Amino acid sequence: MERTQDPAALASICKQIRRHIITMTGAAKSGHPGGSLSAVEIVVTLYWDVMRHDPARPDWPDRDRFILSKGHAAPVLYAALAECGYTPKETLNTLRKLGSIYQGHPDKRFIPALEASTGSLGEGLSLGIGMALAARLDRRDYRTYVLLGDGEIQEGQIWEAAMFASFHKVDNLCAIIDYNKLQLDGFVKEILDLEPLADKWRAFGWHVIELDGHDIPALQKAFAEAAATKGKPTVIIAHTIKGKGVSFMENSPKYHGVAPTPEEVELALKELA
Amino acid sequence: MLTAAKYEKKLGAATREAFGRTLLELGRENPDIVVGDADLTKSTMTTYFAKEFPDRLFECGIAEANMVAIGAGLALAGKIPFVSSFSAFVLTKGFEQLRVLVAYPNVNLKVVGTHSGISIGEDGPSQMSVEEIALACALPNFVVLSPADEVATRWAVRWAAAHQGPVFIRTGRPKAPIVYNSDAHFEMGKAVELVPGSDVTLLATGLMVAEALLAAAQLESEGISARVLDIHTIKPLDEEALERAARETGALVVAEEHLVDSGLGVRVAQALAKRCPAPVEFVGLHGYAESGSPDELLDKYGLRAANIAAAARRVLARKA
Repeated sequence: MERTQDPAALASICKQIRRHIITMTGAAKSGHPGGSLSAVEIVVTLYWDVMRHDPARPDWPDRDRFILSKGHAAPVLYAALAECGYTPKETLNTLRKLGSIYQGHPDKRFIPALEASTGSLGEGLSLGIGMALAARLDRRDYRTYVLLGDGEIQEGQIWEAAMFASFHKVDNLCAIIDYNKLQLDGFVKEILDLEPLADKWRAFGWHVIELDGHDIPALQKAFAEAAATKGKPTVIIAHTIKGKGVSFMENSPKYHGVAPTPEEVELALKELA
Repeated sequence: MLTAAKYEKKLGAATREAFGRTLLELGRENPDIVVGDADLTKSTMTTYFAKEFPDRLFECGIAEANMVAIGAGLALAGKIPFVSSFSAFVLTKGFEQLRVLVAYPNVNLKVVGTHSGISIGEDGPSQMSVEEIALACALPNFVVLSPADEVATRWAVRWAAAHQGPVFIRTGRPKAPIVYNSDAHFEMGKAVELVPGSDVTLLATGLMVAEALLAAAQLESEGISARVLDIHTIKPLDEEALERAARETGALVVAEEHLVDSGLGVRVAQALAKRCPAPVEFVGLHGYAESGSPDELLDKYGLRAANIAAAARRVLARKA
């Protein structure tokens, strides 16, 4: 992989990742394209610019950790891992098929380079705290990033973890909320509204950054600010668009858990050309 | 090996106390041992570890699900975490996290439940764990240990720390009757034959082991030779010892401080059905208990030597 800080180069990687997401979920005929597409800039900025990692050494003790707490967005992570060189690109289209390393949700048994097996919502932030505490005990300077879904933070355990992380000043931890405003049953604000979201995290003792989650320079700046923030954990509330990059998928509740048809794959790939 | 008549019930340390002391020893030996607790350090006895290693004891407050998941994160980052709370809370409120973050990816977390069974006493059913064997044994990759006394607990905690993979250890609140000499030897997955016998086998775990020994003495005085096996490892079960017991004694009794519909007894029956069907009687709980002293509760809910001996007589009557 070639790391880069250039927003234009990162944007071009994002496009490639989006093409993978469309073809993978299209081939699988199931999966979660919408919430994968919304998180592309976040994941690409982390893997190609921000995070310290080395695909040749997935067990490097000092690597930064990434946990996809919203495990159903596995396609975005698989596409990134494959493009980085951790896993084969050729088999991405075996997503969700029997025997594939690209399981329906991230499964560490099949991909050892994953930091954790995830899929049951609400649990990844606590896992990330555990890794961040281990770093502190071992006097290592790696950072832990946890990508949360917006609907996911309706889970009570998120707030147990939020309380713990600030109380224990876990400042080597950064949570990112992919705030795409949609969950399976519809719009988050109609299912169980999260607002005022930034105020909630501030009240729980976190440093809060709000940004457009598709704005790569803003993400780069925010991750730098998070790393520089001492004494408290940082949460980045990333306002995103579900289905981002594919016109007919954008802001459509349908594509939370429905794969594109072959015709839709063709249309989407044209848009992402 | 004992002869049944020679067993004298003397109280030793509580198994939770033995857990706390052993954890402290382990902490001194290995800096990677870390501990999570949920506002019960003075009850789970992780307090000894907390006092000496405050930086390695993560007090999670009353948030068991978060504690289990943080423990999983620590394990994934190379630590050897023990998380502890009352069995009634850590296995229930943390079950989903144990399932997805620990059992399924086979993560190296050690879970110690204290205040197991009804012998917690006065606090009553909301704090009593009577479903824990069902819950812990439902989790693939978990080894489930249920030590009878202080010596067995010391072994169980040390074995868990050395083992790569998830372990659940069940411990109790009250002082536990001494079963073993300090030099006793244990093997994971191997039942201990405490008393030889040829007419009937008494299988017991945890606090019921001492009661089974007393029951064997009573039966001996009636001319019945009862074998006593301590099932300190509930999963994996020592199926060979069970098969041998079924073949050689032809009748069995299982005694446990747990609901009979989902505990050790059903696991024993499953193993025997596969290997060597034999009549079995089950001594355990049939529902939730109430407040009372541990001794009053064990009497009232039928978890005594007399109940085990009566079950032995029943099963002997069924023996072909």
